[in-house]
Amino acid sequence: MPNSPSDTPRRVTVRRKGPLLVEGPVEVELEDGTIVSSDRFRVALCTCRRSRRYPWCDTSHRDRA
Amino acid sequence: MKHPSEEPRLPAPRGPLSAAVEDHLRGTGPLPPDEEIAAAPVYGDDLQLALYLCYELHYRGFAGVAPELEWDPELLRVRGALERRFLAALRADARRHDRLDDALAGILVEPVDGTGVSHFLRDKGELWHLREYAAQRSLYHLKEADPHAWVLPRLWGRAKAGMAAVEFDEYGGGRAERVHARLFADLMTDLGLDTAYGRYLDAAHAELLVTVNLMSLFGLHRSLRGALVGHFATVEITSSPGSRRLAEAMRRTGAGPAAVHFYDEHVEADAVHEQVVRQDVIGGLLEVEPHLEADIAFGVDATVFVEDRLGDRLLSDWTAGRSSLRTPLTQEFTHTS
Repeated sequence: MPNSPSDTPRRVTVRRKGPLLVEGPVEVELEDGTIVSSDRFRVALCTCRRSRRYPWCDTSHRDRA
Repeated sequence: MKHPSEEPRLPAPRGPLSAAVEDHLRGTGPLPPDEEIAAAPVYGDDLQLALYLCYELHYRGFAGVAPELEWDPELLRVRGALERRFLAALRADARRHDRLDDALAGILVEPVDGTGVSHFLRDKGELWHLREYAAQRSLYHLKEADPHAWVLPRLWGRAKAGMAAVEFDEYGGGRAERVHARLFADLMTDLGLDTAYGRYLDAAHAELLVTVNLMSLFGLHRSLRGALVGHFATVEITSSPGSRRLAEAMRRTGAGPAAVHFYDEHVEADAVHEQVVRQDVIGGLLEVEPHLEADIAFGVDATVFVEDRLGDRLLSDWTAGRSSLRTPLTQEFTHTS
């Protein structure tokens, strides 16, 4: 069934700077075993580890001046 | 939240232009002559309210005004004259970047010692400041994402798909209780404000009307689709860090859980929206219409210009200990924390 959503690869968008974009919904398992979830159409995962809402991006990766 | 089909009352006129438009809407008088439109201060209360009245017919209309007037040729002619003045002023006054990357660079950097409205509210805001801020912003947030929906038929491919996805998120992802306009009404209830659509139009100064008229101007004209996309990108890019500061202000003042939630939701949602708008909406639009780059940059620059004017106005009032509203808020304040 080529049209079944479960057969469609989930796309992850990678950029040099900024969050990983993943098609939602997603569950994320954190280091301490906690599982957090987001059902947004796309989810921005923090890669700089500066987010105050980790694992979700809160734009803390931006340059400061 | 009052029943959404309840149309707001016409506001008090602020001069000859807005008075004449209101007379026309009631069917009792002539529209303003061209000389009067040419003479009015372009960012002033009278011209901006006259334009706001014209635009509002495309959203929810007014009580006692025939909905058919939305497409009244005479009124559209006057709206066009008002819009030409407004657009010419924006093109002349907003800082101009020819390259989109240059326009975006300025808003993609977080100032270490920011001095904007959200910084003021985070550090020094009291409940009365937050109530004034919410009352004024309700002119947009109670129709959040609506001005931008008009651009959808003017986009295609990647840009359309990205724009529709972000709008779907703004509209609650199919759940009425998550529509952002509804979340804002819940915030207003926490702050003891009236959630009726258009309730605080009389309270808002011209600087606020300008910010909402800008969205309607860009949204209603296909010729300004690039500017609308640039405007939308600016809102999404600046929203996340600003919302974090406003959430902190709501928490610190004990504004209430829905008030905190509205801005918490925007920290995360708009961090995603920013990426989608930059990569898919702007990227997709430039792929098929590369000649729109300068228009997109204009949308960014014009939005920064009108938001800076509003911020200056609010901060000059608040730092002087004055109300930033034209008419005082009534005490409907019921929330206690």
